[in-house]
Amino acid sequence: MNFEFSEDQNMLRDQAQNFLRAKSDSKAVRKILESDQHYDEALWKGMVELGWTGVTIPETYGGIGLGHLELCVIAEELGRTLAPTPFSSSVYLATEALLQFGSEEQKQAWLPKLAAGEVIGTVAVGEGTKTVTQQNMQVTARGGKLTGTKLPVADGDVANIAIVIAKDSDSAASLYLVELGGEGVTRSTVKTLDPTRSHAQIEFKGAAGELLGGAGEGWTQLEKLFDRAAILFAWEQVGGAEASMQMARDYAMGRYAFGRPIASFQAIKHKVADMYIAHTLARSNCYYGAWALSTNAPELPVAAATARVSATEAFHECSKENIQTHGGMGFTWEFDCHLFYRRSKLLSLNLGSLPRWKDMLVTRIEQSNLDHSSQ
Amino acid sequence: MDFSDTPKEAEFRKQARAFLDANATPKSKATPRRDEKEADLIKRAKAWQKLKQENGWACLNWPKEYGGRGATPMELIIWGQEEAKYDVPTGPFAIGLGMCGPTVIAFAGEEQKKRYLPKMASGEEIWCQLFSEPAGGSDVANLRTRAVKDGEDWVVNGQKVWTSGAQYCDYGILLTRTDPNVPKHKGLTMFIVDMKAPGVEVKPIKQASGHSGFNEVYFADVRIPDDHRLGEVGDGWKVSIVTLMNERLAVGSAGGPDAGELLELAQTVELGEEPAIQNQAVREKIATWYCEQAGLKFTKLRVQSALSRGGTPGPENSITKIVSANKLQGIGNFGMDLMDMGGILVDEQPMEGQFQAAWMSAPGLRIAGGTDEILRNIIAERVMQMPGDIRVDKNVPFSEVPQGGKS
Repeated sequence: MNFEFSEDQNMLRDQAQNFLRAKSDSKAVRKILESDQHYDEALWKGMVELGWTGVTIPETYGGIGLGHLELCVIAEELGRTLAPTPFSSSVYLATEALLQFGSEEQKQAWLPKLAAGEVIGTVAVGEGTKTVTQQNMQVTARGGKLTGTKLPVADGDVANIAIVIAKDSDSAASLYLVELGGEGVTRSTVKTLDPTRSHAQIEFKGAAGELLGGAGEGWTQLEKLFDRAAILFAWEQVGGAEASMQMARDYAMGRYAFGRPIASFQAIKHKVADMYIAHTLARSNCYYGAWALSTNAPELPVAAATARVSATEAFHECSKENIQTHGGMGFTWEFDCHLFYRRSKLLSLNLGSLPRWKDMLVTRIEQSNLDHSSQ
Repeated sequence: MDFSDTPKEAEFRKQARAFLDANATPKSKATPRRDEKEADLIKRAKAWQKLKQENGWACLNWPKEYGGRGATPMELIIWGQEEAKYDVPTGPFAIGLGMCGPTVIAFAGEEQKKRYLPKMASGEEIWCQLFSEPAGGSDVANLRTRAVKDGEDWVVNGQKVWTSGAQYCDYGILLTRTDPNVPKHKGLTMFIVDMKAPGVEVKPIKQASGHSGFNEVYFADVRIPDDHRLGEVGDGWKVSIVTLMNERLAVGSAGGPDAGELLELAQTVELGEEPAIQNQAVREKIATWYCEQAGLKFTKLRVQSALSRGGTPGPENSITKIVSANKLQGIGNFGMDLMDMGGILVDEQPMEGQFQAAWMSAPGLRIAGGTDEILRNIIAERVMQMPGDIRVDKNVPFSEVPQGGKS
């Protein structure tokens, strides 16, 4: 049995940590937080040069042809450092959608550019403050022309292409690849609770969309895409959870009250222990998710929802209790606690809310013939 | 990453299965033994242990000369996985073989090892662990049972509590205070005690659940020869740490209903006019517990993977008992909720009453083998490297430590 990352993958992690520690430190993240820059272009360029945007893209399409385990390693480190780039939109979602559903022609057209970082991609699903379903979806496609508004779209203001889900008829939706610089597309940056990651509203007025994958199969494809992305998001969440936990622990070691480090009080120790428990459960579920993703296992839908739910809960737990451990200072703009708190909620909503994933998880357990026993 | 055995592990698993298939019934085909008498259980357990030992399947990681097999940690795990699928009685030996044995191996003299270990391994003699006292639970080192040197013997007086299986045990490892005039951790000494010796009295404790798995054990002028000492005089704390480390390896997940069983129940009972499983609140709870269950399962696999590859496991397993005992309490509680008013009934419970039983036993599981609170301290101090509590009794002779009015 081998339930660990390989030596090469761990070397990649070391490389990623060294790079991100230098290029995506608190100062870099805060520059995006407090300016009107959409993302850290220098950091993005560095990531592209390291080949990260092409990790899962085969060499024939200009990638470096590693695999999803490598991408999980990178995701964790990006989550740990709150890297303010469009990586998740472009790599976990747009690239993955093309790899999964793209025609040969589409792959040849877009994958080399995505790998080279010349093109940023994203996925457009949300339509305001409601859960989008195939029935209530407002964005429509008629004869390859899209109409309607998507909001919020992660990196929608900087992306060159978007994979958009749109309704073809009352009973069918499809995925469309839309060039966002084209006619009939209007986009504007929107304010979100995490300004370190840019989001947009995109309005389509007869914008040209190219079918991606099967006609009428959009909803199934989207679910499949989100399952795969959920595991990568979960690794970001685990990275963020661990960073928050470590931050709480380190602060408690140095902060004195009542004549002793607050880390010596059981109230604080037990809080940190609870963070460790939540984080460890999530990390172990992410290992399984990584395995399922990298092997395309039939267990993938259950593994993805499990990793997603526990990583969402762990990051929320760790980021909110990190603020609490810091006391008043944790609630200042100056301390970084709120950056993790913000990111935790952003990541938990980006692919659909926790209650929805919990519901899907149970549906999948009901459907699967998996062994539910703990052995 | 892959979940398959190495060829060597696969071969070992095959051998284990062959032995089990030839000599035991799979759990799936076994008939439940609801009202088995304790004496019958012990008899069955001893017979199974003897058969295992004769065939090289007992105490796998112990050295061969003491009745073991000299197996690797991974082989021990594989055996455990396979044996768990069969209806075999291993419970009475869990503490003796899991905790006492390793302590005897680490600290007894050669003569004592040869005398005691093979009979422990073959199931002829069952062992218990005598640490906790009325005044020393989470603070084990606060114990008061005295051992006083008298010629070549030690004379023991005092009381132990929460001793599992004392009523049928032959020997125990006993932690005593040999010097009350030094700080509490420094005045302790560990012994092997004959549970049938004159002056040893065992009284069962009736638990909150109505069952009796634990005992009080009283010692009145019990004589223990000095050659039955484990470790040096005054080193009892160090010795007990070895025992307790093995306890944490031995204590796994709490048994009982899990998310899968709750799902099954929710599919069969109604909430309102529809099956409970269609209720959103029910689904969310099942999802939460499923994620904990899966998280524990994969945490265990990570530890096993490290062992399989010859590495040292990280501290991840320290979360197992705290998560599983609380999950069990929650699932038991919610399972009864799904039965509504009828949840209180004892004889009418669906699924063999496992939800009620879980809820009744969970409070004990959250305490035994380290309370939730002590385990959180351990995670914070050992894993997260946070400081220990400031101890008012640290440098004070035990005899001067305030003990409060209650024992």
